[in-house]
Amino acid sequence: MKNFFSSPLVKRVGAMVALWATVTVMTGPPGNPAQPALGFTSSFSERVSFFGLFPTPRGVLFAALGLILAGIVVLYRRILHTPVQRAKASIVPTYQSISAKRSVRGSWYAAALVVAIMLPHVVTDPFWQSAMVSQIAIYTLLAIGLNVVVGFAGLLDLGFVAFYAIGAYVTAWVTGALPIGAPFHHVIDPFWAIPIAIVFVMIAGVLLGVPTLRLRGDYLAIVTLGFGEIIFLFANNLYGITGGSTGTNQIPFLSFHMGPIKYLWGLDPAPYYYLTLGFVVLFLIIFSSLEHSRVGRAWVAIREDEVAAESLGIYPLKYKVMAFAIGAASAGFAGVITASQTLFVSPPTFSLTFSINILVLVIFGGMGSIVGVVVGGVVIQGFVVYMIQSPPAWYNPADLYMYLGALLVVMMIFRPAGLIPSRRRLREVLQVESGVARDQLTTHMGPHNRVEEDLA
Amino acid sequence: MIHFFSSHFATLSHEFWPLLVGGLATGFIYAMVAIGYTLVYGVLRLINFAHSEVFMSGGFASFFLMKWLIGSSTPNATETVLYLIAGVLVGGFAGAAVATTLERVAYRPLRRRNAPKLAYLISAIGASYFIFNLAAKEFGRINFAMASPFINHPLFTIFGAQVYMYYVIILIVGSIMLVSLDRLVATSKLGRSIRAVAQDAETASLMGVNIDRTIALTFILGGFLGGAAGYLYGLSFGVVYTMGFTPALKAFTAAVLGGIGNLRGAVIGGLLLGVVESMAVAFVNGAYIDVVAFAVLVLVLLFRPTGILGERLGRTA
Repeated sequence: MKNFFSSPLVKRVGAMVALWATVTVMTGPPGNPAQPALGFTSSFSERVSFFGLFPTPRGVLFAALGLILAGIVVLYRRILHTPVQRAKASIVPTYQSISAKRSVRGSWYAAALVVAIMLPHVVTDPFWQSAMVSQIAIYTLLAIGLNVVVGFAGLLDLGFVAFYAIGAYVTAWVTGALPIGAPFHHVIDPFWAIPIAIVFVMIAGVLLGVPTLRLRGDYLAIVTLGFGEIIFLFANNLYGITGGSTGTNQIPFLSFHMGPIKYLWGLDPAPYYYLTLGFVVLFLIIFSSLEHSRVGRAWVAIREDEVAAESLGIYPLKYKVMAFAIGAASAGFAGVITASQTLFVSPPTFSLTFSINILVLVIFGGMGSIVGVVVGGVVIQGFVVYMIQSPPAWYNPADLYMYLGALLVVMMIFRPAGLIPSRRRLREVLQVESGVARDQLTTHMGPHNRVEEDLA
Repeated sequence: MIHFFSSHFATLSHEFWPLLVGGLATGFIYAMVAIGYTLVYGVLRLINFAHSEVFMSGGFASFFLMKWLIGSSTPNATETVLYLIAGVLVGGFAGAAVATTLERVAYRPLRRRNAPKLAYLISAIGASYFIFNLAAKEFGRINFAMASPFINHPLFTIFGAQVYMYYVIILIVGSIMLVSLDRLVATSKLGRSIRAVAQDAETASLMGVNIDRTIALTFILGGFLGGAAGYLYGLSFGVVYTMGFTPALKAFTAAVLGGIGNLRGAVIGGLLLGVVESMAVAFVNGAYIDVVAFAVLVLVLLFRPTGILGERLGRTA
């Protein structure tokens, strides 16, 4: 019996059945509080049309789909992708010089930029125009910032949303929209909220970073998570300062006014889009040049082995705090754009789930890979927006985080370095997994302690 | 300023015993959840971020059981005891089931690959989001009041503090479970293998300890206590899909406060945190009460990261 359950075939079949049940329940109809089992049972028994042919229970439909998919995979492995071919693909070198690769990459970037610039003229649907700013560009920008912290420096920051919130609230503050009133009773041009918010957010990053970044990775995650919750609590409860749970809706549109130049951003999302795009490009340039600078190399050194880095004269705390503050800068800017485009700020926007959403973009795209994170942000958020606009029958937008959570687990199991891995990150992961740099392993490498007293 | 403190201390001295009793009761729940963190930390050196969902599943399973058992009837004394035992067991088994599934799906593949630590954290966060949002989808996004198998009246008074039935139940269930776990880990063969894996897994496996099995059983033990704690918590606060988040964060604080990886530390940390938080009501606006536990966490991590009793099992790196 024991042998039966541990045989690979049984295990594989069991895993597939579990996967089938999970997917069926995930996409099934929602449950009913009065009848807890109803959601589960009807997920399998609900009759849906089988590719428009005939009605069949959902469970059967998914089983059929799974079998078809498994068949395709088997065919691909057996016929199109034999071990010989696989081996050949890995040894045949690509005759392309580095400079040629670089110019190819450069033209890809230019093409992507042109597409991004043309996009508001191509996509004229107002829903999509607005979503391009508030759901895609802003999220991508935040992901680029979080990538500096998680990807470059290897610090898991679950309270990233706090910086975004600070950026938004600073905007409301300097434009005089909060109950506390504008600083020095002097309302300034909303455009100048951008540098002010960035400065404030970077200061907040340093203030949070200096005490907490001494902690090791898992503790840091929990502490930053708590920090995010505290910012949320304060925003939600300090009625006299932040407007409490309702927030404020008195924020003006962005406007730029200097000498003869005047510009007012209004209801039209396109100008906001271009402003955000400009900053995305700016942050991309800054962050990618940072990555290849002394600072970026210091981050890599700390991430790979903190003790070794320290012994080479790198002061880890300094560079970690830098990563925090620099990453936060983009969140501060994103906060300004959100506040001044939607004209209101309120605490529910800045809940923990938002941080997780941004984390998903970074993980999916590839930690530490700038291109990956941009692609991840655009692809996932584009998909999310599409699913909000025209949800298929099986999808309820309220369940978004169920899918994102599952995506995180799947990515970690099957492709931990992300969709478009950063080469260095990929190498690190492979290295650690193959047993090099064993000190970094999490498992079972404890020193020989006293045997009997532990835990007892 | 002096007036401010004197008035608050007046409240505290007046309310000291009731606050202490309430704090200890909450502390037992924290301790039971904190055990889950500390056990897993002991064998895997990682924080089980998804433990909050173990707690939540225990709460929901026992909620449905109570609803089915009690309905609108009023249980008599025998039924009360039986229902309580059933609730603890069902909550505990649900928690254990979720915890093992979690270990199987979100951790074991990474362990096989020797994945870096960050991967575990991210995988656990993903699993946590998946589980509680699945619960939201299947059971709805509202807070359900749990049918209670007893009437919560004061049983007796200590120094003027009324001790309610609920507190006594938590005290009894909590002490039984914590003491038996302590004995189990200290004396049984399973406990010995858990300690061996926590010491040095490679050597343990050479000595014939089945590491996979030990880790799975550790998750089961921690999950059982967490699920049972979810039931006790739900009796008073009801169950909702997000119910795990705050208690789990506090239980984690308790585990760190007592010294993570240290079983008795988790209990001491839990009770202490419960009392501190309860006393803080006299000083802090109720809306910010969650900040207190967090402040404790940050202070402990900054000034004594090994906790009160010390980090018995862990490396410090």
